Amino acid sequence: MEAVGELTTEKSLDSAGAKFIAGGTNLIDLMKENVERPGRLVDINHLPLNTIEEIEDGGLRLDALVSNADTAYHPLVEQRYPLLSQTILAGASPQLRNMATNGGNLFQRTRCYYFYDTAMPCNKREPGQNAGPSGCGAIGGYNRIHAILGTTEGTEDGQSQCIATYPSDMAVALAALEAVIRVTGPNGERTIPIGEFHRLPGQEPQRDNTLEPGEIVTAIDLPAPRFVDNHMYLKLRDRASYAFALVSVAVGLEMEGDVVKDVRIALGGVAHKPWRKPEAEALLVGKTATKENFRPVADSLLEGAVGYGHNTFKIELAHRAIIRALGQAAKLEPTA
Amino acid sequence: MIWTRLLLDYMITQLEPKSAAKPVASLPETRPVTLMINGAEQSLTLAPWTTLLDALREYCDLTGTKKGCDHGQCGACTVLVDGKRINACLTLAVMQEGRSITTIEGLAGNDPSAPGQLHPVQQAFIDHDAFQCGYCTPGQICSTVGLINEGKVRTTADIKELMSGNICRCGAYTHIVDAIEDVLQLRTNQPA
Repeated sequence: MEAVGELTTEKSLDSAGAKFIAGGTNLIDLMKENVERPGRLVDINHLPLNTIEEIEDGGLRLDALVSNADTAYHPLVEQRYPLLSQTILAGASPQLRNMATNGGNLFQRTRCYYFYDTAMPCNKREPGQNAGPSGCGAIGGYNRIHAILGTTEGTEDGQSQCIATYPSDMAVALAALEAVIRVTGPNGERTIPIGEFHRLPGQEPQRDNTLEPGEIVTAIDLPAPRFVDNHMYLKLRDRASYAFALVSVAVGLEMEGDVVKDVRIALGGVAHKPWRKPEAEALLVGKTATKENFRPVADSLLEGAVGYGHNTFKIELAHRAIIRALGQAAKLEPTA
Repeated sequence: MIWTRLLLDYMITQLEPKSAAKPVASLPETRPVTLMINGAEQSLTLAPWTTLLDALREYCDLTGTKKGCDHGQCGACTVLVDGKRINACLTLAVMQEGRSITTIEGLAGNDPSAPGQLHPVQQAFIDHDAFQCGYCTPGQICSTVGLINEGKVRTTADIKELMSGNICRCGAYTHIVDAIEDVLQLRTNQPA
């Protein structure tokens, strides 16, 4: 941990526009596209953040540098957090899961085509405040993969418009499991609930998360196991494997017979962060697990959803996906 | 041709601000990198941003590993690092110092009792005609070796899911799956 502390207080890194590199699967790709242009890369793979161990409250600590593959296949994750295991394995390819780390997964940038294309305007890549008016290529462009919830059509000058989605699968399960992100920085250690780690674009679409400069993620803490018996990660995409979600749903249910005692639902592929709405979840508590009772939950989760043309289908798709995933988690219907 | 050269020089002069000195673009220095590739140590001098894929192909003459998309989407560059399959295009060579890298060139002839003999996965790909143009094949084979090391395959559906990181434009998938089933002895599957 001392090594981590030294690293985050190293002032020369800030001035060099340095970035940490772990798996590198997203960062190196973005460097090839000239989207990310760090002045210096700091390889953090040798930091002692590479174990998975039980923590005092019955939970599990996933260190930041453990690979996604090693996490998904870890016996304690498979037994106690099968939702997380299932979700990680639904993402990327085996090669990428071997490289990608738990910490790095949280920092994936959007796969918005206009963010990747430096010839197009993008408020996330080139914030308007810094370099004059930028804009959003996706609004009015081809936006099939884009967000339907929590977007900003922004100010009148268009400088904060952003309808990008956050692409991680893993974080959607982490949202349903209410994980806590452990962070170390120049001002010491702190923890951030997963729901507050990523942010909506608001007036600063260039900021994906709430980390302060110099801070580094050291681990992801999972609370004591829940939803071992009734869970589902339903991922809908254009190919059967190795594609980003158009819509995904992570569901964890606590059942007492046919009755839902508690529920967590998080959506992926629809917003700038994993989408949760506790009021919608509360609608199902104490109710029998039936499609009729799932429908108002889906209605509530998608309240205020807006389509931008090519992605308007996502509103209905997400509605159906929520109902199906709840049914699958409750074992009302098959999972395959 | 001399006049075009002069014209070009003139145009460049016009474009440059008269007073400012011409900025000199400086490239970061190269640095020595030692990689363990197919059991042999290779001492290279590389720019720090060189990917493992470019290091293998351009600096080690190991062109068996292919560059397809160069963005981690096609799997043609799959190699094994400490026995695990990765995309060589999405990691930097300097990040792989001290690790053991195996490429397609390093798979055959590892058995001292049978020098030069193909790796069982290579042989199965030949037996099952598991390729057409062959461009994706080194990646497919290295990926299969990684798949076997992982030990997660129980069914044919598992093979398809766990080989989804390797794209084949010829569409040789059916025979690739046959070859992998054969190596894993998932079923008695003698080639015709």
